[in-house]
Amino acid sequence: MRYLEMNQMEASPRSHKRGLGHPILIASALCAALLATVALNAQQGKPWEKIPVPKLHDFKPQQPRRIELKNGIVVFLQEDHELPFVSGSVMIPGGSRDEDAAKAGLVSLYGQTWRTSGTGKLSGDAMDDLLEAKAAHIETGDDIDSTSLAWDSLKGDADQVFALAMDLLFHPKFSAEKLALAQQQEATGIVRRNDDEGEIAEREASKLVYGANSPYTRQPELATIGAVTLKDLDAWHQQTLKGKLIVGISGDFDAAAMEARVRAAFEGLPTAKPAPARHDEFAGPKPGVYFINKEDVNQSNVEIVALGTDRRNPDVPAITVMNEILGGGFASRLFQKVRTELGLAYAVGGGFGMAYDHPAAFRAEVLTKSPSTVDATRAALAEIAGLKSAPFTEVELKRAKDNILNSFLFRYDSKDKVLAERERLEFYGYPADYLETYKSALEKVTLADLTAVAKKYIHPEKMAILVVGNAPEIKPGLDELKLGAIQPVDITIPKPAGMPGGAQK
Amino acid sequence: MQSRTSSWIWKSFLALILMAMACVGARGQDLKSFEQRITTKVLPNGLTLIVCERPEAPVFSYSTFIDAGDVNDPAGDSGLAHMFEHLAFKGTSEIGTNDYAAEKVALEKVEAANDAYQAEYLKPVGQDPSKLAELKKAFAAAQAEAHKFVVPNEFTEVAERNGATGLNASTGLDSTQYFWSMPENRLELWAWLESARLADTVPREFYKERDVVMEERRMRTDSSPIGRLFEQFLATAYVAHPYGRSSIGWPSEVGQITATEAMAFHKKYYVGSNEVVVVVGDVKASETMPILEKYFSKVPGGPKPEEMTTVEPVQFAEKTVVIREQTQPLYLEGYHRPDYRDPDDAVYDAISDILSNGRVSRLYRSLVRDQQIAAGAEGFSPYPGDKYPGLFAFFAVPLPGHTPAEMRDAIHKEIEKLKVADVSDAELQMYKTRSRADLLRGLANNQGLANTLAEYQTRYGDWRELFKQLDKVDKVTKADIRRVAKQVFVSTNRTSAEIDTEPQAAGATKDGGAE
Repeated sequence: MRYLEMNQMEASPRSHKRGLGHPILIASALCAALLATVALNAQQGKPWEKIPVPKLHDFKPQQPRRIELKNGIVVFLQEDHELPFVSGSVMIPGGSRDEDAAKAGLVSLYGQTWRTSGTGKLSGDAMDDLLEAKAAHIETGDDIDSTSLAWDSLKGDADQVFALAMDLLFHPKFSAEKLALAQQQEATGIVRRNDDEGEIAEREASKLVYGANSPYTRQPELATIGAVTLKDLDAWHQQTLKGKLIVGISGDFDAAAMEARVRAAFEGLPTAKPAPARHDEFAGPKPGVYFINKEDVNQSNVEIVALGTDRRNPDVPAITVMNEILGGGFASRLFQKVRTELGLAYAVGGGFGMAYDHPAAFRAEVLTKSPSTVDATRAALAEIAGLKSAPFTEVELKRAKDNILNSFLFRYDSKDKVLAERERLEFYGYPADYLETYKSALEKVTLADLTAVAKKYIHPEKMAILVVGNAPEIKPGLDELKLGAIQPVDITIPKPAGMPGGAQK
Repeated sequence: MQSRTSSWIWKSFLALILMAMACVGARGQDLKSFEQRITTKVLPNGLTLIVCERPEAPVFSYSTFIDAGDVNDPAGDSGLAHMFEHLAFKGTSEIGTNDYAAEKVALEKVEAANDAYQAEYLKPVGQDPSKLAELKKAFAAAQAEAHKFVVPNEFTEVAERNGATGLNASTGLDSTQYFWSMPENRLELWAWLESARLADTVPREFYKERDVVMEERRMRTDSSPIGRLFEQFLATAYVAHPYGRSSIGWPSEVGQITATEAMAFHKKYYVGSNEVVVVVGDVKASETMPILEKYFSKVPGGPKPEEMTTVEPVQFAEKTVVIREQTQPLYLEGYHRPDYRDPDDAVYDAISDILSNGRVSRLYRSLVRDQQIAAGAEGFSPYPGDKYPGLFAFFAVPLPGHTPAEMRDAIHKEIEKLKVADVSDAELQMYKTRSRADLLRGLANNQGLANTLAEYQTRYGDWRELFKQLDKVDKVTKADIRRVAKQVFVSTNRTSAEIDTEPQAAGATKDGGAE
């Protein structure tokens, strides 16, 4: 068992940052107040404040070399000679949000079948044998906005594995057998998706925010995955490969030789097509209390959700600091109140999600024993509403900034992390120095900024509350929240005729 | 590239299993280069310090490894080691309090009030309800009084403000680990915090934290079909050894642990000779060691606590657990095997690698690819721990329409093959190559390296064993695999647990208690 639930650590979407680990410069307006605090602490003799914190060792994170090919494809090369490995990846724009709703699950099936099928020259099974004997890997994957091909191997096998990876990228041969295998895997996930309370809560909370049929949340069904054909996979592949690929390679290689190899593989491709603009609408949840009954649990999963924001929003630095105060750390309001003071939850946290190219969700989560469902929900709601009514203090602001800024270093403390960050910024079209400007902005956040973003973004009356729990044990009942009629959510799994295995609730 | 809710449930099963398994992953690269970068020192109080220089970025990670876990919980107090771990985040006599002298008195009153309440509550006959209510009120009042002196979460707050990342701890059956990463200029501050919490724990807010741990149990075990399955499986597989006892604690036991008991556990097990502290990162041993010595000398000395001595009797009857509920079916079975010191330890690793590692593995190819009856199938070992004899376990997730019985039969067929025919040269070589590469991959991460060095230092008395393990891997033969398979995978040594799906009763729709 762990002291903290890992999801909880991730609940607060902390910013990524690359830059120099300078000590924080405090805005001069705050200086007097802070110095006074420090002096007071010193008088009280807090022993840890007497411990010197020397200047951090100089550190300039090694940036990958960026090469833009004539066709628009971007390559990052990150040399790292610590260990004798080479790894690489190709990110391909287009993901599950772009698939046909009637074939929901297509991209997930593609992500599995691409690799397991293999190429015209080498079947997926033969590729498994060849790679595993070398402790090497080539894998394909899928996400909401992209698919990917990734590989890694010992240095000595790097040329051969790269060639195999390129063969898979450019000459896949989708196999009916492997598609059927992937469909079985997917079907297993579908019929099991109501077994685990946490999985239900996470999925259904997203659906409340975006709508059940939104490209961001719609779920594959037995019928939609059954509709996917080999032709669909092939068409998807041909289509997405025309996009702006991002290639990233890191490890123990010679940069000049690697550049030549990558150029030879990608330079001959036609000019990359820009991804078509999306026109999604994000209305946010219909406010109210929603309930899903699950009688084999003794704990309720409570999710309080609303629409979040995206990283292009200039208010993001202030929202990040507000997140930290609400649910980011051990000293956050949610943790202090609901877990430490009330003992009502082990897992509690939350904040505004921030995606790169669309609004993420606002989400606060509490897991509490069935009888304290109403108490814990009320306590969490009070902390959320309190962002507007309980004034932020200098102490909270300073603490939140310390937490965020002093741990920024861990966003770029390995060459792989720096590479991944650069690829991410490239993928979403953010400037390469995005994080540096972002860090400066975080340093400048003031109390007035916090008050302004709380006023602008915190709207408890627009939030939806979802409870997954055991109805007979929830006493007092959810009607005690007095937030309107309890709306049951039907999570029955549609069962198409002729499908084996009795999908059930 | 946001993460998307994965509907592919097998991933979460694997994650669960990997979390549950002891860290036996990484094993050895270039011992010489590590000899030059690693400095070890044993303090007069018995505590072992290890500093490993890895100046990749101006950060460090640490791991404090306590050679005590929930196997050391006294009878009737399951979950005690884990409860103490939660207490170790509550601060010391210097941090987390605004007046320790007054708080100490108040905390003693909390204990007295709890004792009085418990005495009445546990009366077999003649319990007086009004007296009980009175005592409960007095207990709550004593806690409220003590709370006045608390600065909540000050310990973790100071760590976080100074850049602590990945701050957490974990309690297993065999051991307890505390860990985080920090900017290198906070090394001395960290040494102060860590040594203080090890040496000077205060049983602050204990009873609120016990409620938190009860919530953790509800989340991990009671409300999770897989959690329930694994708890019942272990409880059935073991009749005597504490590996069979709920490690988070049975509700009636963990729900009544007292702060006094937690502090007694601390006194016995948190002595220098039972602790290894490892720092890995942008540090110089020549500068770091004196700082560590200064602070960690505060940890109390004392004899190495006696080992838990219960030995699981040899199993002579096959045992089966069947859970009938609305969850989709799952199958799990296990066979008793020896502990990590057994000369065949690497042979078990070879078997699990050949049966389970990736799409080339025998279980994947047989159950998933060829027979198409399972979404996934794996063998893993040792579970639930490695310090004492654990289990070699198998886990399978049936495809829709397939049953636990089919999983069992298919797994047994693969096990039989291991007994009657040698594995191929290619399979054995693959295991050896992958073991070497996995060890190498594990070296490029401060936190992972700190955890692994601490574990090897504790288990073998020498971190170098991490690298020497590869010799044992290289010595595994085909004959070893057959011999071990024949010896261990026999029906009288087997315990299985499965979930059989029960259809939902009609008309069961409720609306959360609204009448």
